[in-house]
Amino acid sequence: MINFLATVNVFSSALLIGVLTATSLSRAADIIGAITLTGTPPAEIPYTQLMEDSTCGQMYDTAPTTHFYVVGKNGELGDVTVYLKDASGNDITGKSTGASAPAVVLDQKGCLYTPQILAFQTGQTLTIRNSDQCIHNVDVVSKVIGHTPEGKPITQNTQHNDGQMPGGADLHYTFDKPEMFLKFQCDVHPWMFAWASVFDNPYFAISGADGKFVIKNVPPGKYTLVAAHRKLGEQTQTVEVADKDVTENFTFAVK
Amino acid sequence: MKCGRNEMNESTINRPGARALHWFAVLTAVATFLLLGAGGLVTSHEAGMSVPDWPNSYGYNMFLFPPSQWMGGIFYEHTHRLWATVVGLMTTILAVWLCWKDARRWMKWLGVLAFLLVVAQGVLGGLRVVLKMDNLGAIHGVVGQTFFALMCAIALFTGGFWRAISEQKLNVPGPLRTMVLMTTILIFCQLILGSTMRAQHAGLSINTFPSAYGKIWPDTRPEAIARYNAQRIEVTNVNDITAFQVILQMVHRIFALGILISVILCAVQAWRLLGIRDTLTKFAFFWLGLITVQIGLGAATIWSNKAADVATAHVLVGALSLVTGALWCIIAFGRSARVPAAQTEAFGAFGTLAGNK
Repeated sequence: MINFLATVNVFSSALLIGVLTATSLSRAADIIGAITLTGTPPAEIPYTQLMEDSTCGQMYDTAPTTHFYVVGKNGELGDVTVYLKDASGNDITGKSTGASAPAVVLDQKGCLYTPQILAFQTGQTLTIRNSDQCIHNVDVVSKVIGHTPEGKPITQNTQHNDGQMPGGADLHYTFDKPEMFLKFQCDVHPWMFAWASVFDNPYFAISGADGKFVIKNVPPGKYTLVAAHRKLGEQTQTVEVADKDVTENFTFAVK
Repeated sequence: MKCGRNEMNESTINRPGARALHWFAVLTAVATFLLLGAGGLVTSHEAGMSVPDWPNSYGYNMFLFPPSQWMGGIFYEHTHRLWATVVGLMTTILAVWLCWKDARRWMKWLGVLAFLLVVAQGVLGGLRVVLKMDNLGAIHGVVGQTFFALMCAIALFTGGFWRAISEQKLNVPGPLRTMVLMTTILIFCQLILGSTMRAQHAGLSINTFPSAYGKIWPDTRPEAIARYNAQRIEVTNVNDITAFQVILQMVHRIFALGILISVILCAVQAWRLLGIRDTLTKFAFFWLGLITVQIGLGAATIWSNKAADVATAHVLVGALSLVTGALWCIIAFGRSARVPAAQTEAFGAFGTLAGNK
């Protein structure tokens, strides 16, 4: 009897170890990292037009400035879009979980877009809100990829241009195709603009003000890790994800 | 609009009516000039899409859109639309008036052409908004300036000045006429370039003058373009610049130099061949003055980082430069026309010669 129990014990332990090992081998890991900037970026410029606007100007004591280069004291670089391509450098497609993901919000607040750099998935709802007491128009400018015989531009994603009254209902958009830096602009207040990147997978992140980013739950495999900044262009690294989190850092330089 | 009737009895001709038509044509041309300015401000303020719908404005009938909502870019776009309807109405009245009162068949057709052009221009402007086509914006700009030249020509043809110069019958040498005509065509090409540049919505593709990024000819390799984009901080929603846009501005600069040289030659030749007291010589020197101012405004547009008022002034002086060249040609060719004396009179306003068809 004792022998039988011992045998069962050994079997169950072996089974448990096997299951755990198998689970561990296929476990998704995170890609974490930090982005830094070397060199001195051009000085940001105050939004004087905003201050001259009778409605928007009332919301500020001093003029807010552009924020193309979100740089910390030690060169930490924010607002960098970090994402994955496959090992050959092709877009990862068909992996979107956007339909079930919560909506991403782009707010118009203080006559500025918040955030200015964002990312979401194909099929994921983008909610655009007007928190201001003035009209905005949401003009979505997608990349032109061709023209019809009549000369009408064919764009990567559907373009929109919708007015949004103060206190008006949120606008909800979804985009079908991947696109880097899809532009949102307000033509009523031409200093308002934001860029959104659309991915057909959930493997992307935007670096914070501390320069750090985390791409969560990446399946094991080899990838190309891309860091894209609106002004500084793109950098790539090859990365292999196994059962442990991977750390990859980027350094951009002002030329 | 009945335009088949091209004869007019002497009894129906009255001079106050002729003067009224002429001054109405002048008024329409002035209104068109102001409309060009309003349109220039729309593009200079990047406000072309600030009213997303057309012909309505934010769902309102455009004439009922509350002024309290005319804020920011909406002010420029909406007032441009309203003023365009005024010009459209004035052009329609002018076309009907020409068909009704002017005995010259070609003047009737000019009226019809103006009417069709103003309608086409309105539709172009609307489609540019609805279809979000920047290319249509460029065409809209060119058609607008062409329409302004047409309105100025109609104002000229309906005035006493046109009759007076026709009666002078002083020949303007062919080579001089050709030179001015070619220069005017060059200005028109320059206008197309300028309108295309503005429709790119990319701000200043070269932000230095007279050098271009410190060089005579700027580096347009991809890494250089990336560097230019990285260094510029946009305060309006303009697009990134491309090599095409950099080259476009360089061509615009070269054309400007070519036009300046060409207009100097025209003015000098007019002085030499027609004498300093001739109207066309004075007109040529006025033209030279305009071109000089225009080049100064082009430089100021760059130095001011494309300040909206400066850029719009550049558009307006460009329009005046085109019109000056066009009217110079019309006057010179009209003055030199080898036509029988009896028909020469028909160049006068209100077709004092009923038989001129």
